[in-house]
Amino acid sequence: MARTAILERLTWRVGTVTELLQESPTARTIVLHIPGWPGHLGGQHVDLRLTAPDGYSTQRSYSIASAADGERVELTVEEIPDGEVSPYLTQVLEVGDALELRGPIGGWFVWRPGPPTPVQLIAGGSGLVPLMAMIRARAAAPGTGVAPFRLLYSVREPEALLYAAELGERATDGTGLEVTYAYTRLAPEGHERPPGRVDAALVRAVTWPPESRPSTFVCGPTGFVESAAGLLVAAGHDPALIRTERFGPTGGRP
Amino acid sequence: MSTNDDHHLDANAAGGALREIFSVDVTAAGTSCATCAHSFTFAEALLHAWAPGLVGRCPACGEVVFRLVRAPGRAWLDLRGTTCLDIRMPEGR
Repeated sequence: MARTAILERLTWRVGTVTELLQESPTARTIVLHIPGWPGHLGGQHVDLRLTAPDGYSTQRSYSIASAADGERVELTVEEIPDGEVSPYLTQVLEVGDALELRGPIGGWFVWRPGPPTPVQLIAGGSGLVPLMAMIRARAAAPGTGVAPFRLLYSVREPEALLYAAELGERATDGTGLEVTYAYTRLAPEGHERPPGRVDAALVRAVTWPPESRPSTFVCGPTGFVESAAGLLVAAGHDPALIRTERFGPTGGRP
Repeated sequence: MSTNDDHHLDANAAGGALREIFSVDVTAAGTSCATCAHSFTFAEALLHAWAPGLVGRCPACGEVVFRLVRAPGRAWLDLRGTTCLDIRMPEGR
C-alpha cells in the first residue's frame, strides 16, 4: 500500500464530503470519500485546490488525520481568522460537497510501522493532526513489538483540545501510548502544571531521554517547532532523529 | 538575508508541487548545499512560500538551494544552489 502511494502518479482527484465532525469551537474534521485513493502513511498531507465561480483558484496543504482506510480520508482543519480558505472549510462546506485534492504527499515526515523504536510526538495546537494519524496508524497495525509512543501536546486551553476523548481512551488502553498535556493559557481545574509554554524541565520530565534514541516528530506553528526542536537538541537529542513540520506564523495553514 | 524569521515552512510543504515534475518523492532525498556543502534531507530546507514561487534555503547557511515557479502550463525549477540529490528509488527500478 505504501509502495503504491509512492509509485503512483500524483493526480488531482475529486473527493466527496461524507461527514463533518466539530472537534473544537474552531476546528472540524472533514470526512471524504475519494475514489481511487491509493492509501497513505501517518504524517502525509494533501493539497486542496479551491476554485471560485469566477475561475480564481488557490491551493492549501492539509495534514491527513486518519489512518489508511480504503477510500475514506479524514482531514482536520483549524480555522485561521481572516484566512482565505480555512473559514470556508470550517463553516461553509457541507456534506455532499465535492473537494478537489491531490495526495498523499511527503515521504519524510512519516511514521512507518516497523521495529519497535520509541517514538516521541510533540504537537503545538493543530500540529497534532498529522501526529494523530501516526497514533491511529499504530493502533491499526497492532502486533508483536508495537512501538511505544509518547505525545507531548501543547494547547491553548481545554476547549481547544482536538480528539480529547479518543486520546484519553488510547492513552489508557494499555498499548503503550503516553500523553502529556501542556496548557499555555488556561489549564483545567487540578492540572498538575500551571499554564505556560513547553520548557526544558517539562521536556526532561515527560519525553523519552536521549539515550532511548526516539524517532521524534514535531509539528506546529513555526515558532513552536523552532522552540521545541531547540529544547530537544539542548537536552542532548541527536538532531538527525528529529523531524519537523512547520505550519507558519499564524498557528495554522492560511 | 535573514532566515531566522517566523515565516518559513519546511520543504515538506513543497512535496505536491515537486511531484508535478518528478515521478518520485524528492522531499526525502539527501541534498547537498552548493554554498556550504551541508548535507540534509530536502524536506529540511527552509521553505518560503509567501513569494511569487517557492524558495528553499539551506538549513545551515541560509543560501537558496532551490526555486520553483509555477504558471499555467509551465514550471521553472532552479536548482543551482544544490550540488546533488540522493534520491531513493522505488524497488525494482
